[in-house]
Amino acid sequence: MTEQTPILELKNVTSAYGRIKAIKGISLKVYPGEVVSIIGANGAGKSTTLMSISGVIKPTSGEVWYAGDRIDGLAPDLLPSRGLCQVPEGRRIFPRLTVEENLDMGAFFRKDTDAINHDKNRVFQMFPILLERRKQHGGTLSGGEQQMLAMGRALMGRPKLLLLDEPSLGLAPLIVQQIFRIIREINEVDGVTVVLVEQNANLALKSSSRGYVLETGNVVMEDDAQALLVNPAIRAAYLGE
Amino acid sequence: MTIRASKLWLGYGVAMAWFFVLLWPLLGIKAEGLEFAESISIWLKVAVAAAILLGLHQLKQGGLFRFLEKPTQAASAAADALAARVPRWLALCAVAACALAFPMLTERYAHDVAISVLVYIILGLGLNVVVGLAGLLDLGYIAFFGVGAYTYALLSVHFELSFWLCLPIAACFSAIAGCIIGYPTLRMRGDYLAIVTLGFGEIVRIVINNWMSLTNGPNGVLGIKSPGAYWFKDGSFEHIWLNSLEQLYYIILGLAMLTIVAVYRLNYSRIGRAFEAVREDQTAAELMGVNTLRLKLLAYAMGAVFGGIAGTFFAARMKFVSPESFTFIESAMVLAMVVLGGMGSIPGVILGSLALIALPEVFRGFEMYRMFVFGGVMAVMMIFRPKGLWPAKRMGARSEERD
Repeated sequence: MTEQTPILELKNVTSAYGRIKAIKGISLKVYPGEVVSIIGANGAGKSTTLMSISGVIKPTSGEVWYAGDRIDGLAPDLLPSRGLCQVPEGRRIFPRLTVEENLDMGAFFRKDTDAINHDKNRVFQMFPILLERRKQHGGTLSGGEQQMLAMGRALMGRPKLLLLDEPSLGLAPLIVQQIFRIIREINEVDGVTVVLVEQNANLALKSSSRGYVLETGNVVMEDDAQALLVNPAIRAAYLGE
Repeated sequence: MTIRASKLWLGYGVAMAWFFVLLWPLLGIKAEGLEFAESISIWLKVAVAAAILLGLHQLKQGGLFRFLEKPTQAASAAADALAARVPRWLALCAVAACALAFPMLTERYAHDVAISVLVYIILGLGLNVVVGLAGLLDLGYIAFFGVGAYTYALLSVHFELSFWLCLPIAACFSAIAGCIIGYPTLRMRGDYLAIVTLGFGEIVRIVINNWMSLTNGPNGVLGIKSPGAYWFKDGSFEHIWLNSLEQLYYIILGLAMLTIVAVYRLNYSRIGRAFEAVREDQTAAELMGVNTLRLKLLAYAMGAVFGGIAGTFFAARMKFVSPESFTFIESAMVLAMVVLGGMGSIPGVILGSLALIALPEVFRGFEMYRMFVFGGVMAVMMIFRPKGLWPAKRMGARSEERD
């Protein structure tokens, strides 16, 4: 796998909110077809890392490379059409648009109507509850349904690389299981590369091939997911043992 | 007396005391000294009326009017059923027929009011694109009305260009003005945007007021031509001026209908959906690939186009323009129409314009109290119908229509 060129590479990326540095020189590589987890405690810089990739936050230094192009400094709205989609933290669905309109927004940059409808049906197959609620306002959905909608919306952009920010946050265990099943499905069946930011380290690592551990804005460890799962230091710090 | 009831009467007492504190300084403090008689008599009338209303309300709660409930419910159910059976196009045709027949059934004064209402409907719908759809609070919208009006006024007076030619020119100029004003301001969000648009609205007015060589300043521009037309008469086409109120009414009615159709189509388009997405969550919209700055500029320019069209007509109808017509209060009125009617709702904006322009004309006798009533109505509205007179119906209406 290491012989391949990475689909995403961060080289020494630093991002800051005002004068406070949230991430301090993060380097990571994601190869096509992988599921990579970024785990860490609150405030470790996980979300900032994702937002620096998608351009919502402009890195103050370092480079972000995606599919052979340097993308740091690009406006975030240019990335979905290149196959880089993000499910943002807190889901951020459009509360006063209907479920179906939310999905349509995910395909905003696409013009191929037939393929869009095909993808919409695919999303409805993955999340049947969304089909049931398609005429309802996004804001009236439960937390789990909103997470499904946010994922479905991102999938409507036919991503090659999907960035997921805390997909399990505040959800019931059963829903979380369902969401992670879908994550594996889109990875295995559709070949979508996934970068997953999670506080639920156990669950994230079990669905991933590799993992990065963040602490106060630095990568402190990177390894195969299986290795991290049995690493005593990780078990003590993040898996509650 | 139950706790609920005593709470109600306590509220009544507080409200009446507050009312007196408000009323007496206005009526009772005079140069000759303090006076109580007048304010007390007014206060007593209001207090008694309010007490009667409150009493009736309590009796209703107590079940005194229950015998009335059944027939009224049946009547409203029957009305609903009837409304459901009449197809939408028929209702629309009926409204259109009324609008077309209006000048034949009414007098000059009514035509005048109707023309104002229609001008404001176009303005309201234009602002609705900006405020209702894209969620950009614009307090200087009337500037585009002014740009449209002055564009036609100057082109008509200096170059004798026709109204119909100037209509698209003025729309373009307004759109350009919208982009020029929008480009620096639209990077801001929320309150900041509101303040900056307020400033730009005033800048436009002040520029018009002071650019003597071009606009003739506060004296205004005189001698603007009415719209012309060619009319078949005595075997040949003859040029006539459409300057009777009836003819003007039909012109503005046509423009308003065009606006309604355009805004309706926009509402249900991909761009309209993107406007709403930007309103709901700008960052999320960006992550969906929406260029938010360009889209907001587009919303601004579209709103400006309708403002410009309304302005062109306004100049042609008044035959005179001056900066006085484009003050902040006009922006506030148009915004009030949109909010009162229901943001994002086309019938709501139409109702709002009717309510704010036509009703004050009907109640001319209360003109002194206009702003007072206006404020009161707004406050009551925000409590009982916070989403407007005719709220935008959004529960999947759009997805259904696309099926």
